[in-house]
Amino acid sequence: MDEPTTLNETPVALAGPGMENQTSRVSKRSGSTSPSGELWWRKRFRLAEFLVEKLVTAIAFLSFAFIVLIFAFVFREAAPVFSSSREITPVTSKPAEQETYGEEQLGDAQRGALTREREKTPVEQTGEGSATVRNLVGKTWQPVSSQPKYGLLPLVIGSLKVTIVAVLIAAPIAIFSALFTSAFAPKWAKEVLKPTIEILAGFPSVVIGFFALIAMATFFQNAFGFEYRLNAFVGGVALSLAVIPIIYTITEDSLTRVPRVMTEASLALGATRWQTALFVILPAATPGIFAAMLLGIGRAFGETMIVLMATGNAAIVSGNFFEPVRTMSASIGAEMAEVVFGDTHYTVLFLIGSILFLFSFTLNAIVEIFVRQRLMRRFQGQ
Amino acid sequence: MKTLRQKLFGLSVPALSALCAFVIVLMVLLIIGDIVLGGWGTLSWEFLSGVPKEGMTAGGIYPAIFGTFLLVVIMSIVGVPIGTITAIYLSEYASQRSILARVVRFAVNTLAGVPAIVFGLFGLGFFIQFVGIRMDQVLTGGVQLKWGQPNILWASLTMALLTLPVVIVSVEEAIRAVPRELREASLALGATKWETIRKVVLPNSITGILTGAILAVSRGAGEVAPILFTGAAYFLPKLPGSLSDQFMELGYHIYIMSTQSPDVEATRGIQYATTLVLLVLTFTLNFAAVFLRYRIRMKSIR
Repeated sequence: MDEPTTLNETPVALAGPGMENQTSRVSKRSGSTSPSGELWWRKRFRLAEFLVEKLVTAIAFLSFAFIVLIFAFVFREAAPVFSSSREITPVTSKPAEQETYGEEQLGDAQRGALTREREKTPVEQTGEGSATVRNLVGKTWQPVSSQPKYGLLPLVIGSLKVTIVAVLIAAPIAIFSALFTSAFAPKWAKEVLKPTIEILAGFPSVVIGFFALIAMATFFQNAFGFEYRLNAFVGGVALSLAVIPIIYTITEDSLTRVPRVMTEASLALGATRWQTALFVILPAATPGIFAAMLLGIGRAFGETMIVLMATGNAAIVSGNFFEPVRTMSASIGAEMAEVVFGDTHYTVLFLIGSILFLFSFTLNAIVEIFVRQRLMRRFQGQ
Repeated sequence: MKTLRQKLFGLSVPALSALCAFVIVLMVLLIIGDIVLGGWGTLSWEFLSGVPKEGMTAGGIYPAIFGTFLLVVIMSIVGVPIGTITAIYLSEYASQRSILARVVRFAVNTLAGVPAIVFGLFGLGFFIQFVGIRMDQVLTGGVQLKWGQPNILWASLTMALLTLPVVIVSVEEAIRAVPRELREASLALGATKWETIRKVVLPNSITGILTGAILAVSRGAGEVAPILFTGAAYFLPKLPGSLSDQFMELGYHIYIMSTQSPDVEATRGIQYATTLVLLVLTFTLNFAAVFLRYRIRMKSIR
């Protein structure tokens, strides 16, 4: 690490030799290959070196610039929500449309409502929509109608429901599997499990969504007799498949980083392997597991394709986990392609995107700043 | 009593953890089995090389394969160099304690955690509505809408952003695996830092860069959310011929066919087969990446 830094400072280091080299510039131009000319070459070369370093640094800094740009532009498009001073449309509670993609479970009346909604789309765009704060906290999400309502509550509830199901299923499975790999598993089991997790992580989310939509939803409906084929529970189970690899990988990583001394001390004191695993290794890795859970929640909350395909997409406010839900991310995915650029609906969708971005950013910041440092301190302080 | 409880625990803790591991393996096998069984019947050369026919209820998926290919190629051309240079910065130039390096690292981790759909919004808000509209104003005086609408260029750039962390992490690992002695030997022979990087470090980590590129391609081919409204199209009669054309994409095709097709049941075979193609594509890429990474690790041990 030391040699490179000294080399970096070449412009400064060369200040001495450079002074006595004033004449060399002349000799170089006259085509001489004297030692001083060679020195001049080296000086110019160091200048290139300096420029390359600055260029590399600048490009590396792009990642940060992108984060700032994402911040700026997602918020820029969402900003008109807060500046709009248009009249407040009264919030009336109307039964929400059951807009599901697996349409087989739709009743005829609902299907009719759906097509009416779709036919209305071109007309609605001329109508004035309003997205004031009061409208935004409403209970109805009905952006496409003559009296558009942008109540975010059903979407937030939908996202929460799906995330809760996904994390409640994924976390125990992933954490116990990680414990299995690091504490109990014979070598062959590790060699099966680790690539399997990598395969699971490599599944495109649209593939998991497709599997949930076609196979899993039908299976669950037959097995448990759900009223709706696509619902928050099915979406949550499918989502847990995407969350498991994240929680597993980070948990496993922090479990293996628990110092051997701790394990050995526990075993030497007469504790059995499972006692050591459960009462020594697992507690020592708590910050890592906490980080894994946070990142898993972040993934579940922001995932789009799986919930878009497997949750039924009906914006209703209810506490029932077996009813269809429409999540925040799915609303963006389903509606953004059809909105008019710049109108209220467009703005509100960007507002939802800003919320998603802020949420994931906060979780990540907590993990980065708080958890990682604490984990490092804990293991180094031993 | 206590010993009995201990015995019970002693059996149940490992058994429970093994069960959880088994559930994961089982789910993966189930998904793969279901998709292979469902898609095998429809898969044929005609399916891979044909275009959709009869209102998307028959025919092949060649335009979607081609669109996916084009997307990941443009994405890699943009994303891999930026990612590699960032990795070089993080591993060669930055000292671990410098604030700038920490900011970059934080940004990379954050970028990896941003939901895919937010990248899509960014692509729409920045590339299309900001850059594209301004390009139109400059190039055509705002008369014609050419760049200010969804197209393959903006979709690829959005995807490049999304896959940037994948490239950076993978390349950095490879660069760190290059033995210190090689660098020191090069520096001792009088090579400058950049010469060392260019002629010693990079050639030795070329497999790592390749791994990063492959993983990014695999990720990019599978993500649908960012391209939903930055360039993917439901159906196009012709292949994209320029950067300002829209395109069909495998993942988007699966989504559209399974949720918004007029007759979902009739096209089930096409849906399954398309999913199978996408799965085989990402698997092949991932296995290649795993293999390359394995070789890098072997080399760094040696």
